[in-house]
Amino acid sequence: MNAETKKRTIKTIVIDADKCDGCRACEVICSAYHADPKFGSNNPARARIRVIRDPLKDVYIPVYAGEHTVAECAGRDKYIIDGKEYDECAFCRASCPSREDFKEPDSGLPLKCDMCEGEEEPWCVKVCLAEALVVMEREEETAEEETEELEDLEVGLESLASKYGKDKILEALARMTKED
Amino acid sequence: MRYAETGFNLEIDLTRGNIERVATDRRDTELYLGGLGTNAKILWDRVPPEVEAFSPDNLLIFAAGLLCGTPATGCNRTIVSTISPQTNLMAFSMMGGFWAPELKYAGWDKVILRGKSPDLVYIWIHNDKVEIRDASHLQGKGALETAEIIKQELNEPKAQVAAIGLAGENRVFFASIEQGRASASRGGIGAVMGDKGVKAIAVRGTNDIQVARPEEYLQLCMEVLDYIKWREEHPIPGVMPILARLGSPQEMAVHDEKWHTENFSWGNSRVRRKGFWTEEVAKQWEETLEGARKRLISCFNCHLKCGATLSLPGVPTYMMKCFTKLTYTMAAMSDLEFGLKIAQRATEYGVDGYSAPQVMAFAVELYENGILTDEDMPGFPSDNEERFYWLLDKIVRREGIGDVLADGTYWAARKIGRGAEEYDHNTIKKHEQLPLKLSMLNPIYFLMYSTGEKINITQIEGQFPQAPFPKREQREEFVKDWFQVPDEKFKQYFVDWELRGENSIPFYPTVEMTCDIVDWQEKMHYIDDALGMCAGLSSFPLKPPYHIHNYPKFISAGAGIDMDEEKLSQAAKRYRTLVRAINIRRGMRRKDEKPPENHWKKRFPELEKKLLDTYYQYKGWNQEGIPTKKTLDELGLDFVSRDFIERGILKEDEEAVAETAAAEQE
Repeated sequence: MNAETKKRTIKTIVIDADKCDGCRACEVICSAYHADPKFGSNNPARARIRVIRDPLKDVYIPVYAGEHTVAECAGRDKYIIDGKEYDECAFCRASCPSREDFKEPDSGLPLKCDMCEGEEEPWCVKVCLAEALVVMEREEETAEEETEELEDLEVGLESLASKYGKDKILEALARMTKED
Repeated sequence: MRYAETGFNLEIDLTRGNIERVATDRRDTELYLGGLGTNAKILWDRVPPEVEAFSPDNLLIFAAGLLCGTPATGCNRTIVSTISPQTNLMAFSMMGGFWAPELKYAGWDKVILRGKSPDLVYIWIHNDKVEIRDASHLQGKGALETAEIIKQELNEPKAQVAAIGLAGENRVFFASIEQGRASASRGGIGAVMGDKGVKAIAVRGTNDIQVARPEEYLQLCMEVLDYIKWREEHPIPGVMPILARLGSPQEMAVHDEKWHTENFSWGNSRVRRKGFWTEEVAKQWEETLEGARKRLISCFNCHLKCGATLSLPGVPTYMMKCFTKLTYTMAAMSDLEFGLKIAQRATEYGVDGYSAPQVMAFAVELYENGILTDEDMPGFPSDNEERFYWLLDKIVRREGIGDVLADGTYWAARKIGRGAEEYDHNTIKKHEQLPLKLSMLNPIYFLMYSTGEKINITQIEGQFPQAPFPKREQREEFVKDWFQVPDEKFKQYFVDWELRGENSIPFYPTVEMTCDIVDWQEKMHYIDDALGMCAGLSSFPLKPPYHIHNYPKFISAGAGIDMDEEKLSQAAKRYRTLVRAINIRRGMRRKDEKPPENHWKKRFPELEKKLLDTYYQYKGWNQEGIPTKKTLDELGLDFVSRDFIERGILKEDEEAVAETAAAEQE
């Protein structure tokens, strides 16, 4: 087994919700950057970051779009922090059936933050003069183990099998082998 | 293809319940830009001078500025235009917040209301889907309260709501339209909304707003952002704290109120309290504000945090910005805690934070001087602070004396009579002004007060320092990086301006210089009001990030309309002149263009006459303040000159008449 460790850089956006002034500049620039052509159109509903805000309750939580989930949570909890009540969704990155956030408004397709890959820093961070969003990079040691990747593969295959049945998967595999 | 704007107006006839989607003409955007500019065009075309504020034929227009919804920092203003019940002239009030960009994303540039709804309704705009909904359950509710209820019942937490409170419903002449921390307050536009039977307009939009040349536009936006960062780190030395920084005056952040409390007048704009700002007061007020303030908050796509969420003991949470912080305190001769508490109630009622306290202080003064008596005001409390709550409650319900006071000081004074007119000493064009009473006539402010049609001085001034710095070296230092000037000559004007001696007010700046300065300051405000830009990043503060040199680029790259400084200045002049034309057609003349008599102790009638004469000429107006045929025709406003001639406001040979008159005067 190959136990060699590798270093990889992990980008972290530190979200200081106390500093957020609720202006939504992050949403505007995110939607512009991800437009085609770049910066050609603006629509915060397409943003991969949303400020969950409730001004009279002093709730301001910038949230990034994460994985899509097909099912909504069975129950939704409330958090009370420093006397302020937050819906659990205020901290959740998922695009899910229970809310309109993180979905393309026309198609409903899920959106996911890509940290503006290729840019020196994410655009939301660049425009956040309140410094509620700050990007940090840290190095993490990871063990590059093939078995893990295999595990991933198996997990993936299992879910496909449960959806389509093993026969269909085998057929598809056979077809793909022929095409190769 | 339309850029920056949507190209569609939403027209709602409230009488018939008819909703229309109306495509607009791109040519109008080129001529009048948008926001205020195109609002003025619509009012000229469709609201003849016979139509009064509360006529069903009056229009109430909510416009998103031309560049709202683009990434241009601070471009978020809604420009609300109508005929004012108080002045009977065109009212244009603006609000920041989040409403205008949301309207754009919903696919609309303007909402135009006409007619009157038989029952109280609210309007729900969700992209293309527009509904007129019953609002009977919202009757009497506060403005912020209404917004919360609407968002809840629509299950749309992201909807933006502009609403009126009780004052608007009861057509109080200084009723505002409230939207979270923002409000459109001046001119009584909330009363017009109430008269039309509209409690609120809620909007939610998820469509795109395009810009014409994306890379170039982004570059301009980032330059502005970088400059804001730099400017925040480099406040202007030698001016009072609120003028050193960008933004709407940073009243929610700043504790030092020496300048306001000692230079502005207290009560019914009566008493200047030199030496008021003691250490003890400073400490107490700082504690009050720190205790009440939950967070400094911003408007859409801006970082200046000019507003705050305030929560005081025993009072619901609300939001505030700017000088309303002190208007109630100073009108009632009380302390900050009282001011912030009553402002909460006033915000829910939806009244103008400048006019309302002044009207109440005016009533107290009349009572103290025996003009209003217990007979007029049965149950009037003896406690000073209680009196203000009592008056506020009466005014917004139009109960008893409140019904008279609800028309504002000018009309109330005339209704009350018995010498009450003497106490209406701080209005211009029938509208309450900032409580300022000063010593030496300032020629710049004389012209701005006289000829301003935005009614509020803070919406006319800016760009040029309010006073000279004491030392020449300081002034030379100031002009070094003053690249916002439209012309180098302004630097010299300022460098040569002295506190005392030959080059000081009232005779310096000279009449000609004064015209240049006033015209520049006013022009920048008018451009902001068309683009939807917050004055706090442009026309109000010194050395702002937006100015006459980069605005044309923003319009070109953003809206795809070829623009240069000259063309932009010409467009601004065009709709500024059109605003004046609307008011002239409604009877405004030179006689109306004067500051309150006691605004300055030292007045100079001859100089004042010369200032007004020269400025009128500079603007292309005749000696009555009426734009001449030549001016109108040059601006492409020949439809105005034709109308003026038909109505006998101008004569065909008016130019000749004006010139003869001028010659005779000399």
